[in-house]
Amino acid sequence: MNSKWNWDAVWDFMPFFWDGLILTLQALAWGTVLAFSLGLVWAIALRGPRWIAWPVIGVTEFIRNTPLLIQLFFLFYVVPEWGPTLSALVAGSIGLGLHYSTYTMEVYRAGIDGVPVGQWEAARALSMSTPHTWKAVILPQAFRRTVPALGNYVIAMLKETPLISTIGLVEMLGAARAYGVQTFNFMEPITVVGVAFIVIAYPASLLIRVLERRLATY
Amino acid sequence: MSWGLFENWILPGLWVTVQATVFSALLALVVSFVVGTLRTSRLWIVRFLSGAYFEIFRGASALVVIFWFAYAFPLLFGWQLVPLWAGVLALALTYGAYGSEIVRGSLAAVPEAQREAGIALSFTPMQRLRRIEIPQAWPEMVPPFNNLAIELLKGTSLISVIAVADLAFAGNVIRLSTNESAPVYTLLLVLYFLLAFSITRGMRVVERHAKRGVGKLPEKKSRSGQGDVAPAGGSTNGGGA
Repeated sequence: MNSKWNWDAVWDFMPFFWDGLILTLQALAWGTVLAFSLGLVWAIALRGPRWIAWPVIGVTEFIRNTPLLIQLFFLFYVVPEWGPTLSALVAGSIGLGLHYSTYTMEVYRAGIDGVPVGQWEAARALSMSTPHTWKAVILPQAFRRTVPALGNYVIAMLKETPLISTIGLVEMLGAARAYGVQTFNFMEPITVVGVAFIVIAYPASLLIRVLERRLATY
Repeated sequence: MSWGLFENWILPGLWVTVQATVFSALLALVVSFVVGTLRTSRLWIVRFLSGAYFEIFRGASALVVIFWFAYAFPLLFGWQLVPLWAGVLALALTYGAYGSEIVRGSLAAVPEAQREAGIALSFTPMQRLRRIEIPQAWPEMVPPFNNLAIELLKGTSLISVIAVADLAFAGNVIRLSTNESAPVYTLLLVLYFLLAFSITRGMRVVERHAKRGVGKLPEKKSRSGQGDVAPAGGSTNGGGA
């Protein structure tokens, strides 16, 4: 039997949807902050001496090649066994940020590698210290190239936020599931959430494309 | 964690994960080639429809698509897919959309003169694609496809939420039955890592073979850095080239 699309269920679901959207955006915001900052730390560590760079390569490869879902379970169920108990939002944001920091690391790395060696040499010739060189010479030039790629990863992270519903965060998908379980209307809330992702992600990706074109011409 | 749990849950779960990865990878490969070549079509309506497909599935979250196929699809169309196949279909459609961008970008990177030569020799468009463009674009596609395959492998863990007994599902069962989570999830992470590692190894062989086919040397230093291709993919990599 085909069940009919029911608009009442859509309107009925809306209040839960907004609550879910706010949690989704919260997790996304914290995840983004973590991914951007930690990724930069990894990328700078890669340029460091071997005993720093190699462990960083090992750890980031491991994180990147294992599923975010299992990492979330790990943070939510295993970490409390010997550390602090994390709420779903905190564990989710950390998981998201940590996972994507290994991707942003590659973006930063490419940006840093793109800065000509002459810049390093010039800074050396002016007897600037290494931290000062990073801060005043290398990073400002590297950042410019990284903006569009970083933006893409924010969209990618947005689309991974529903995973946090598996550890109990009632974000958009979590709200849709909860609503479905209570009212037996699964079709409408899940479709609404799916459309919401496209409605957010598509203009964002257009924006990044524009940004990419702007930054490419200088 | 006892041997019994390992034997009854982890091993079958591993097998289900491998199956899900292989099936959805094959289906995604078909989707990416079909949609990717359609996106280079001369007819605007074909380009528009395949482009819309790409934007929709790239924009939607894989987990939401899986849920939609598991819960909304049966209500809407009146028949239900086996959970494994609902998951495989959802993953293939999502990752096929990312793959279509790889195919489109690599096809666009084939020198224009090759296409013109094909036209001059009065090849049909299909012959041109099959005998000229795809053979030259294929070696360029392999490394990004490797990254995509790993993303797909990681994505298969999502089908555990619609009750497919894969590795991630086995992990949850064992956590609930033994009340110890550390050994299980550590084992799971290692197993997934080994699977990803073997995919990368396998694709390295495919890449060498593909490059030999067009007389190119394989790149010496290719860290499995994925920097430019990943879920968001698209606009930074191979865009138009």
